[in-house]
Amino acid sequence: MTVQEKSWKEIPPAGICWKPSTEYLTGDWKTYKPIMDSEKCTRCTLCVIFCPDGAIHWNPGKEDIEFDYDFCKGCGICANECPTKAIEMKLE
Amino acid sequence: MFSEWKFTAKDIAEKADLFMSGHRACAGCAAATVMRLVLKAVRGPIIATSATGCMEVVSSIYPYTSWATPWIHTAFENVAANASGIEAALKILKKKGRIKQQRIDVIAFAGDGGTYDIGIQALSGAVERGHDFLYVLYDNEAYMNTGIQRSGGTPHGASTTTSPAGTVIPGKVQYKKPIADIMVAHDMPYVATASPHYWRDLITKARKGIEVDGPAFLHTFAPCPRGWRSDPSKSIEISRIAVETCIFPLWEAINGEYQLSAPSKVIALRPERKKPVREYLKMQGRFRHLFTPKFEKIIDEIQQLTDKRWQRLLKKCGIV
Ligand SMILES: Cc1ncc(C[n+]2csc(CCOP(=O)(O)OP(=O)(O)O)c2C)c(N)n1
Ligand code: SF4
Ligand SMILES: [Mg+2]
Repeated sequence: MTVQEKSWKEIPPAGICWKPSTEYLTGDWKTYKPIMDSEKCTRCTLCVIFCPDGAIHWNPGKEDIEFDYDFCKGCGICANECPTKAIEMKLE
Repeated sequence: MFSEWKFTAKDIAEKADLFMSGHRACAGCAAATVMRLVLKAVRGPIIATSATGCMEVVSSIYPYTSWATPWIHTAFENVAANASGIEAALKILKKKGRIKQQRIDVIAFAGDGGTYDIGIQALSGAVERGHDFLYVLYDNEAYMNTGIQRSGGTPHGASTTTSPAGTVIPGKVQYKKPIADIMVAHDMPYVATASPHYWRDLITKARKGIEVDGPAFLHTFAPCPRGWRSDPSKSIEISRIAVETCIFPLWEAINGEYQLSAPSKVIALRPERKKPVREYLKMQGRFRHLFTPKFEKIIDEIQQLTDKRWQRLLKKCGIV
């Protein structure tokens, strides 16, 4: 099945959103960027849990935290909540 | 009644998001964290439905969807009716052998406007009819999506665009409706409150709400930096201080029996840990006017009201 892109004016009233929002990057919203200090980080994953944007991932293979700057809006929740203060918000 | 589900932080971190990245909630929106965390609690396939409001709008801007699960939105006032219909349809389709899955859970999401105010008739009816679904209220304490209008969930003294603090009124004149108690009064099997800082408690309660037979209601606290005029980085911290001040105590009522949850129980057992409401109010611009001589007495009123409701809750929990 091929999906044809129609504008919202052309779709029936009960329309369907069909494109995953992971194709819509929100990373350019940010003014400040979280930078993690790998030495201070204890891999507690609290930042992964609290991030409203799901922009921080736990990579079990590497046993490490990964920031996805394509989606990070720079809110700073991760830096605020990090128990060891391993994350610093830096002007982009 | 509930399964023994044990999980670590890494289990949660590893589990894929059903509320995906690329949604357009404001930076620092705690409601988005609530959505992610509730959906980490699923035990299998689900069908979700949302009332109109921020979490619906930000997740479904055509042609994009942030839902990695079947999801339906129809209107502002009827999310509980949607959930009722979905649940009833699933039942009959299963009976007729038209669907293979043994179990598909139904979760409804709505804001405070969609719950305390316009959605309460649909919610009350769905609960009275006994549909098996989890209803999640994400309470950002105003109609945020349309520009910060006051709702039945807006607290006393908060400035909103329709309860503006000025020379006449000190922000909202009325008090926050005790919605979760109203739901307990429906004599339903499971009602709980949760705050995203206490993520483990929140996820556990969401799972219980999913597992319980019949309707469940989860009242989550969702700081909104846009409407609360607060620092976006402080949303999770505010959700902690709301619990520590007893502005938003954590409890659950299983078959109508109230019990305090651990973060609030600690405060009940050691009252010296209860923080003054000032600490909560001062973090938010919507209460800024209260820190002026003209309206300062409202802070005392909020403290008294908070203490009164806390004492009442302790009684219900059998702790006095
Ligand atoms: C019947 C109806 N009235 C009004 C609206 C406009 N409207 C859309 S969202 C909204 C406010 C939603 O507030 P709330 O439920 O608290 O969710 P929030 O936006 O705060 O997340 C309003 C008034 C509507 N969509 N339908
Ligand atoms: S207005 Fe508030 S609730 Fe709505 S998306 Fe923004 S921060 Fe979230
Ligand atoms: Mg709201």
